[in-house]
Amino acid sequence: MTREFEWPYPDETAQTEHTESDVLVLGGGLAGCFAAIAAAEKGCSVILVEKGATERSGSAGSGFDHWESACTNPCSKVTPEEITEAYIEEQDEYSNGIAHYIECREGYDRLLDIERYGGKIRDTDGEFIGAEFRDEKTGLMFAYDYENRFTLRVWGSTIKPALYKELKRLGVRIFDRVEATALLTGSRNGTRCGAGAIGMNVRTGKLMVFRSKATILAMSRPARIWLFNPDLVGLCEFRPPQSIGSGHAMGWRAGIEFTMMEKSVRGEFSAAGRSFPPYGTGNNHNTWYAATMVDARGVEIPYVDRDGNELKTVSERYRPAKGQKFFLKGGVIDEAKYPYRGPETLDFDTLIARGYRLPFYADLSRMPEMERRVIWGMMVGEEAKTKIPILDNYTRRGFDPAKHMLQSYGSGWQSAAFLGQERQLFGAPGGIMHDWNLQTNIEGIYAAGDQLFASDCCGFACATGHYAGRTAAKWSKSISFADIDMEQIDQERKRLYAPLDRNDGISWRELNMAVSKAMQNYCGAVKNDDLLKEGLRLLNDYKQEIVPQLYCQTPHDLMRTHEGLDILDVSLLILNACLIRKSSSKPLYFERSDSDSTAADAEKGFIVLHQEGGKIIHRTVPHRYFGAIKAEYESLNRDYITKGRS
Amino acid sequence: MHFTASPVPCSARPIQFDAGLCIGCNRCVNICQVDIMIPNPEKGRPPVVLYPGECYYCGCCVMVCPRENAIRLEHPIMNQARFVPVHQPQEA
Repeated sequence: MTREFEWPYPDETAQTEHTESDVLVLGGGLAGCFAAIAAAEKGCSVILVEKGATERSGSAGSGFDHWESACTNPCSKVTPEEITEAYIEEQDEYSNGIAHYIECREGYDRLLDIERYGGKIRDTDGEFIGAEFRDEKTGLMFAYDYENRFTLRVWGSTIKPALYKELKRLGVRIFDRVEATALLTGSRNGTRCGAGAIGMNVRTGKLMVFRSKATILAMSRPARIWLFNPDLVGLCEFRPPQSIGSGHAMGWRAGIEFTMMEKSVRGEFSAAGRSFPPYGTGNNHNTWYAATMVDARGVEIPYVDRDGNELKTVSERYRPAKGQKFFLKGGVIDEAKYPYRGPETLDFDTLIARGYRLPFYADLSRMPEMERRVIWGMMVGEEAKTKIPILDNYTRRGFDPAKHMLQSYGSGWQSAAFLGQERQLFGAPGGIMHDWNLQTNIEGIYAAGDQLFASDCCGFACATGHYAGRTAAKWSKSISFADIDMEQIDQERKRLYAPLDRNDGISWRELNMAVSKAMQNYCGAVKNDDLLKEGLRLLNDYKQEIVPQLYCQTPHDLMRTHEGLDILDVSLLILNACLIRKSSSKPLYFERSDSDSTAADAEKGFIVLHQEGGKIIHRTVPHRYFGAIKAEYESLNRDYITKGRS
Repeated sequence: MHFTASPVPCSARPIQFDAGLCIGCNRCVNICQVDIMIPNPEKGRPPVVLYPGECYYCGCCVMVCPRENAIRLEHPIMNQARFVPVHQPQEA
């Protein structure tokens, strides 16, 4: 029998709370925390708005295991310029040169900040003394390329609580359990500008109006667009279920410019369906690199370098090939181009042709003890969602990495088998277009972390968050509050609470299911103008006919309902972006059955779109719009550099 | 407005409490970024998992819990990967 409970929080749906701050940060993940810290350090009054609990919220809330592109750490043998250029070149220039350079240049500074706040970034306990991946002098530990030492292994589960403590120490006003739902815009000297945001407490339903001089969008990339499971909502995607791209949706509604939104990749993670929990199966990527893999008979699967030479030792798996300076691996890089390709196990087809037997397993027992312990116990443990559900649970079930091998599923390292139309925004997806200040096309609105186009890892989030916090702080000091049209607040109030005011209707789950099925049908692996237009028609019909019937019973469900509406808006953004690009593009994983090859040359670049007065407006921006990275960065960041932090 | 809520049915049981160990401190309720639990109306009793299907399986509830083993977080059966004793190396 299902028991009914009284809602434990007061009903404040009729109340409105008004606040003011110099800088408003929307999203309390890594990027948002660093944005708030940087702005507060500059003496600004700062408000941070977070839908969950900042202490553990965001994609990295429970942890992360490595930090990419820490080019300025004392052991690094690469420069920020080398790695940024490598990323740009590797991604056929569909990469974010500005944000990547900030990551490469300042990422290690953020790690030192984290250490000051109490997070663990080096082996202070001497657990791995003598390991090949550990620098004896600094205690820093490296992943992937042990020769060049620019990716660090870190204890990510210690980091969000440390950032949270620092936010409180600096006096940042934190509004947890508040869902930001709309950007406020105003005008200053006749120019449209950011003026804050509106939100709603997801426990009490109270309306929140945040006026600010500068606003930083630091929410997640979109999710649950193609992949949805109404039963196991929390397992649909790699990132948390509430991180679904609300920042993109409110930005789109407000007229912010986006780019690369036509890019999506075949699904990689959905533990509600065609894959297992990330890093919870036998594999040899990211967290598990470079685990020893064996076939069903226990025969070891060879690692080869980029030239196909078989590697004899475990140590060689972490070294560049002969004649190669460094190699790239990590979240965004699946299979790097030849110049940057690192050691990898023989490809699947070759293994099958040679008689290797399925299923494959990861067998850490054959690795040196330090390598085994750092994968199972440190990396699996610190990487998000591994400490309890993988490390702890498997250990309780009796798994011992020195005695057992863990099965791999399917033919790929993800232990996944997705269909072409089951897509995700993964591998440096699209996002907000921005300038060297990380400012959007609307004055006073900035973006950081996963909201920027071509974002990737935790270092990217922290570095761009801090940078946006600095530029937003500087801007806020030069201006006064903008005039706001109060009508925006009344309209948002009506929009927000409508589903609570009905007595019956359609649930957010049914809407999300309908949107993801529509996106699979009309915006799947192969695009086509007629299908994309049909998708637009259908989703617009949903807006007209289904949305006015949405119904929910609690503020919690109201939050999920608005997530569903944001998913609908982001889907419209994606369909429009796909319609604009007329030719197939390999680097964007964008394939058309009606590809117009005559358009290919003109379309080489970033297609940037926004909406204005119900119309879609687009332009093409050259790939290298950001100029010479080092010179541009240094001309704009003299203060930061002279303080000796970069 | 008067709100009430009932646990939403789900095929999985992500979070299970040991009522003998749980002290009803509700730290798990307040750390959960997905906000899937509410405090038990009976003080000192384990929280109520209202929205089990929304669980993200991050483990923060277990990490913040002051009583060892009071909360068990487990993936659905389909997600429990198989492991076997290591084989002696053979020739390919």
